[in-house]
Amino acid sequence: MTDVGIISYGAYIPRFRIKTEDIAKTWGKDPETIKNGLGIIEKSVPSPDEDVATISVEAARAAILRCNINPQDIGAIYVGSESHPYAVKPTGTIVGEAIGATPILQVADYEFACKAGTAAIQTCMALVKSDMVEYGLAIGADTSQAAPGDALEYAASAGGAGFIIGKEKIIAKINETCSYTTDTPDFWRREGKKYPAHGGRFTGTPAYFKHITSNAKNLMEIMNTKPEHYDYAIFHQPNGKFPVTVAKMLGFTAEQGKQGLLCPYIGNTYSGATMVGLASVLDVAKPGDRIFLTSYGSGAGSDAFDITVTDEIKKLKRENAPLISQMIKNKEYVDYATYAKYRDLLVLE
Amino acid sequence: MRDVTIIGIGLTQFGELWDKSFRQLIAEAGASAILDAGISGKDIDAMYVGSMSSGRFVGQEHVGALVADVSGFSHMHIPSTRVEGACASGGLAVRQGYLSIASGINDIVIVGGIEKMNDVGGVSATETLATASDQEWEAFFGATFPGLYAMIAKRHMYEYGTTKKQLAQVAVKNHANGALNPNAQYKKPITLEYAMNATIVADPLGLMDCSPISDGAASIVLCAADIAKKYTEKSIKIIGSGQGSDTLALHARRDICTLDATVHAGKMAYKQAKITPKQINIAEVHDCFTIAEICAIEDLGFVKKGEGGKAVENKITTLDGSLPVNTSGGLKSKGHPVGATGVAQIVEITQQLRGEAGKRQVKDARIGLTHNVGGSGATCVVHILEVA
Amino acid sequence: MKSDVARFWRAIPQRYNLIGNQCGSCEKIFFPPRETCPECRRKSIGKMKDYKLNGKGKIVTYTIIHVGPEDFEKQIPYPIAIIKLDEGPCITAQIVDCKPKDVKINMKVESTFRKIQQDGDIGAIYYGYKFKPRNELVPNKEKKKH
Repeated sequence: MTDVGIISYGAYIPRFRIKTEDIAKTWGKDPETIKNGLGIIEKSVPSPDEDVATISVEAARAAILRCNINPQDIGAIYVGSESHPYAVKPTGTIVGEAIGATPILQVADYEFACKAGTAAIQTCMALVKSDMVEYGLAIGADTSQAAPGDALEYAASAGGAGFIIGKEKIIAKINETCSYTTDTPDFWRREGKKYPAHGGRFTGTPAYFKHITSNAKNLMEIMNTKPEHYDYAIFHQPNGKFPVTVAKMLGFTAEQGKQGLLCPYIGNTYSGATMVGLASVLDVAKPGDRIFLTSYGSGAGSDAFDITVTDEIKKLKRENAPLISQMIKNKEYVDYATYAKYRDLLVLE
Repeated sequence: MRDVTIIGIGLTQFGELWDKSFRQLIAEAGASAILDAGISGKDIDAMYVGSMSSGRFVGQEHVGALVADVSGFSHMHIPSTRVEGACASGGLAVRQGYLSIASGINDIVIVGGIEKMNDVGGVSATETLATASDQEWEAFFGATFPGLYAMIAKRHMYEYGTTKKQLAQVAVKNHANGALNPNAQYKKPITLEYAMNATIVADPLGLMDCSPISDGAASIVLCAADIAKKYTEKSIKIIGSGQGSDTLALHARRDICTLDATVHAGKMAYKQAKITPKQINIAEVHDCFTIAEICAIEDLGFVKKGEGGKAVENKITTLDGSLPVNTSGGLKSKGHPVGATGVAQIVEITQQLRGEAGKRQVKDARIGLTHNVGGSGATCVVHILEVA
Repeated sequence: MKSDVARFWRAIPQRYNLIGNQCGSCEKIFFPPRETCPECRRKSIGKMKDYKLNGKGKIVTYTIIHVGPEDFEKQIPYPIAIIKLDEGPCITAQIVDCKPKDVKINMKVESTFRKIQQDGDIGAIYYGYKFKPRNELVPNKEKKKH
């Protein structure tokens, strides 16, 4: 079986932040209760001139800067998001032009709530494994929207990451991937509507927890592994609490989850969530490190990956693009009024 | 090459003229000029009209023909041409008229400049003015027209130490002059404090550093010098005419603080007139923004590059200074109906040289200069006038 | 909806990737690309070659726009600058990721990919270059030409 894995990676987190306490105060809620209940301190806010296309391009360009591949050799680009700039007209073609991968290129955009990016990784793996393309670029990015005053407002943020998948000079081998999918309507957004809706507490046990635990257990069974075989565990992070709880449920420690848990500092970047978590881990990973990643997308499904970091990672020029830790520190706060202006909560006629 | 003189002038009120349409304004200016010249319509060989953007302001192109029509010349089938060079449209129309007589083709020509800017909203007017800049590589990226001149100002301040106070002094001077001009849009003086504290438009330029949106028209009758005496004793001779172009985008210029098109046009005009800048008694320069006047007096050779701010501060260019600049009130106070401005500058200098400038009269004005610019300096037209 | 899509599409190589060109005769680099070189004129006809600029430069002059076009309303006040790129040409662009008061003449900047304008709610979205302060966090960044 041919080895397939990550050749390079890049990520982008917008600079602006809004504190949980500023959102809470706006809606008359107690800041400490919300902060502690959700485990989120602040979240990223995209500038009015940023969207999923610009975030995807920045992430893709970062990935290219770190390695030596010729963008013309990228044969496929898949961008997963639930806030693509257009309902019809792909984000992937904008990325393709901006990195010089066009025109011999296949492209499509994906939607599967927060796991559209990991679905893109699986697609690229298959295209590479079957020799249909030399390299595939999988991106997960979002500038997700939440209705003002809704509980989701504290978490819905912006960011994304991209992974170049290939066969040669793999920095992180994807040993296996599996998915677990059912029709579970826990969270959705109707066509033409601005904000999503959700089933309240229904989004917990029968949705997030069921799919992640079932899928994770399935992957460990296939790989004949236990949580202690992994150095890092990354879970989908809709808030700062769920991923910690599910990790515990599966037998992973808080230490294993720490590097890949960014929600407390940047919120939930939806299709970018586990992808950005993986980028954060790759920023510090050493050869031999083993990574367990399980994404979750409402609707519902989970993609899990068993990844081993190789010696090649030492040759990757990680310093050629900003690390997640650097992007988290590079921030400027906005107040709720500015946030509302930037996020189109104020309707301009 | 024949000598050309100005034998008649006409000017409407400049301002927010709700009661007057595009057609009414140009007809009024033209009629005044013809009466002033003492000619008959039949005497006119051709017509030149300067209008920057009649299409976007009043939805009307083909204004060469339109203006001939409203002037009552269509049945005589007079050749009529619309000339465009952004805010230099008026000055270019003057030069085209001048060249047609100097070359011997025409004997008498009427030149008009017109812009009706208030029939569209402010946002739309601003977008239209921005078409004078590079749409693909400046405006598209969010550079506004005041923004371009603000960048000139910032660099000028960086290289030469020009101050915000000196910019404001240009506005104060021009408003003081405009207060004496019955046709001016703004007839009130302003204080230095008021000018310096005005709302910021594009740092460092504030509202008082920017010329307004205006309606208005101006017209002149040009006549071959050898037949001028038939019509008037007070003709004014055009002794020099110059024109220059430069890159459309400010960022592509040789030197951001120098409008090379002005330098080129000025040199051409001085050479033809066989004079030096020192011999100019009075000038109407293109102060679309206060910094533009400072650059203009440098680029026309009145002061050294970088000394424009100091010259204003030292009151060299006030009404009673050694070189009065913009005695009409300039674009800032008189108003700037873009297509009309270049022609209106000729009207002001002509009045001054004739001794008809009333309270704004500069003593012993014998040689005057007009300076009209398009965009951020991509077009420039300079004319030098002398008492005949 | 204004439908300027063809005009925008034609400029994508420039707006997304800073593709200028170089005179085959005198090797001067231009952005945006030109049909002929103003120095060499006739000698450059048919000899202009595509050239990708690296997006690094420094600010020559700037202003802070307080009254701007409709599409830029949410970003007011924003800095606009003339930037001299390393290869020689100057361009006009918005400065981002920087407080207006921190923009300075001679500041080192590098290009980034952002939304520039959009044609209302129905028309197309136009992307292009803006410039941000040169990233001191990644001093070894090199862009390769292919």
